[in-house]
Amino acid sequence: MNSSHTQKHPLDGILRTDRIPHIWCPGCGIGTVFSSALIAIQSTGADLTKTAVVSGIGCSGRGAGYVKLDSYHTTHGRALPFATGMKLANPELTVVVFSGDGDLFAIGGNHFIHAARRNMDLTVICVNNLNYGMTGGQAAATTPHMAKTTTTPFGNPEPPFNLPLLAYASGATYIARWTMLHTRDLTQSIEEALARRGFSFIEVLAPCPTGYGRRNKLKPIDFLKIYQEKAIVKNGAHPAEVILDFNQGITIGKFIEYDRPTFSESYERICRPQAS
Amino acid sequence: MKPAVLTGEHFLTGDSACAEGALAAGCRFFAGYPITPATEIAEHMSKRLPEVGGVFIQMEDEMAAMAAVLGASCAGAKGMTATSGPGFSLMMENLGLGIAMETPCVVVNVQRAGPSTGLPTLGAQGDMMQARWGSHGHYEIIALAPASPQEIFFQTITAFNLSETYRLPVLIMADEVVGHLSERVLIPDPSKIRLESRPRPKGRKDRFRPFHPGANGVAPMANAGEGYMVHFTGLTHDERGYPVMTAEAHTEMVSRITGKIRANLDKIIQVEEYRLEDADVALISYGISSRSSYSAVDEARARGIKAGLLRLITVWPFPEEKIRELAGRVKCLITVELNLGQIHLEVQRCAAGMAPALLVGHAGGTVITPARILEEICGASRQ
Repeated sequence: MNSSHTQKHPLDGILRTDRIPHIWCPGCGIGTVFSSALIAIQSTGADLTKTAVVSGIGCSGRGAGYVKLDSYHTTHGRALPFATGMKLANPELTVVVFSGDGDLFAIGGNHFIHAARRNMDLTVICVNNLNYGMTGGQAAATTPHMAKTTTTPFGNPEPPFNLPLLAYASGATYIARWTMLHTRDLTQSIEEALARRGFSFIEVLAPCPTGYGRRNKLKPIDFLKIYQEKAIVKNGAHPAEVILDFNQGITIGKFIEYDRPTFSESYERICRPQAS
Repeated sequence: MKPAVLTGEHFLTGDSACAEGALAAGCRFFAGYPITPATEIAEHMSKRLPEVGGVFIQMEDEMAAMAAVLGASCAGAKGMTATSGPGFSLMMENLGLGIAMETPCVVVNVQRAGPSTGLPTLGAQGDMMQARWGSHGHYEIIALAPASPQEIFFQTITAFNLSETYRLPVLIMADEVVGHLSERVLIPDPSKIRLESRPRPKGRKDRFRPFHPGANGVAPMANAGEGYMVHFTGLTHDERGYPVMTAEAHTEMVSRITGKIRANLDKIIQVEEYRLEDADVALISYGISSRSSYSAVDEARARGIKAGLLRLITVWPFPEEKIRELAGRVKCLITVELNLGQIHLEVQRCAAGMAPALLVGHAGGTVITPARILEEICGASRQ
């Protein structure tokens, strides 16, 4: 009997191993981001029974289904409001939202800006693969201008969102961007986000070779080379100045971290009758 | 600071009575979005929830409100939202999630006249079929129809009890008139209010299957943060909560979530009978329209016509047996509702030709008068 089959993986305790293999394609970057998130959750040493993961719909949205924590795979775009209700009903919970760019910023865009504005105490990890992977590679709110997808066969006529800038303008109090190649920085960033109060947003670039890559002549390794060669670490960069361009450069780093009252802190102070 | 249960005699609108009913039922989370004529429920909850230890949040839209209520319920709170037609349409998406995840909560629809923006300030009962089938896929739902501020107070408690017992969103299908009507509301002592809570798991946490039904067909529910490490999804799932993409798994899941309601119809369905014992003409009505129907029955009786009323307290699941029984012994059925025939279709279906089924209704915007109903009763009794 091959002993490798009985060896325990360091993340087995936090994985639903009975649900493996996962659905993610060969060359997909979500698994790496997912691992970073699990390592970060484990390394906080926090009570795992008090940690919940909420996802929306899409490839990244399947993350909730593989984590052996209280996990909720909700409707398309609605992970943030669901997580908001969960956090408010039980403030002891650490609530992590793990989802994709289409889910969080197109169909769920309105929820994102309002959760950030409220400074809801949530850690939001957005895997940005530049397109809708689950449905076969359609244009997203993050698809670069002129990129080809199944719904932009002539090139994308629209410009993409700058997610860190959107998060900043909306009021997020922690904003970072990494690629799935920068796993140590990413893991550390997620750890920081979990340890702090307030709305933390981490964007992670990840390849979608089956969808985006195939139509833009990028193999999995090409994405990784771009992440390595074009990434420019600029901690503290103003979100208005960060760029995401496979030719000109990809600004990564921790851009924003500051404190202001969370929704719950303000609610307790302003709305709750005070004991006299 | 006021207590959660405001025992005593009050003069309240239906909207306020609904909010007080929710608080008396143990509701401690409300997420909403302003919309006429349901806004007053949110306003009332925004003032009252902080003083009873709950949380109110005004969300960015009704999809978010419904999602937040489900999230709160999964974390163990009793949650509610309230809306009207346009918002009810937006809530259909996550209503389905609540059905699939078997998550208790209460959704109040203070109906106004539609379609679309319609008549925001004027009442109707035009969302009754939407209440039944508005979210996609096949499912069962529970919907109650209050006829007065006093009744909406008690029905809100009932709605929470049913939602917790059977693990599903329960709808209160009120209307603008009931919502804005001010009447006497008696709130009993908390000891006189029976409250139900969701069935809870027993035994080893690592062996718990979150969707394995108990004796009455309802699975015990573990909340987030209790150590059961549950997985909930809107995808078709097995008893572990794991997605399974087969026709067999789908049949099993849909049978379970519909079966738990179908198996308990006698415990869920409530109707009220008024002067029906010897009736030749039976009115079937609910909500504000039933109030006009009582008067019409009395007027008809004064003129020697044996009329009676079946008032639907529970509209969904539909009291099929009761309608069949009535259709077998009266000369005529008349459905009275503020639409152009929705519950009427169900009455026709159940009457199955045993008795003619007529309709008194219009598209909404004003209540149906007793005179209009009486006219129909007189016409029917001459046949």
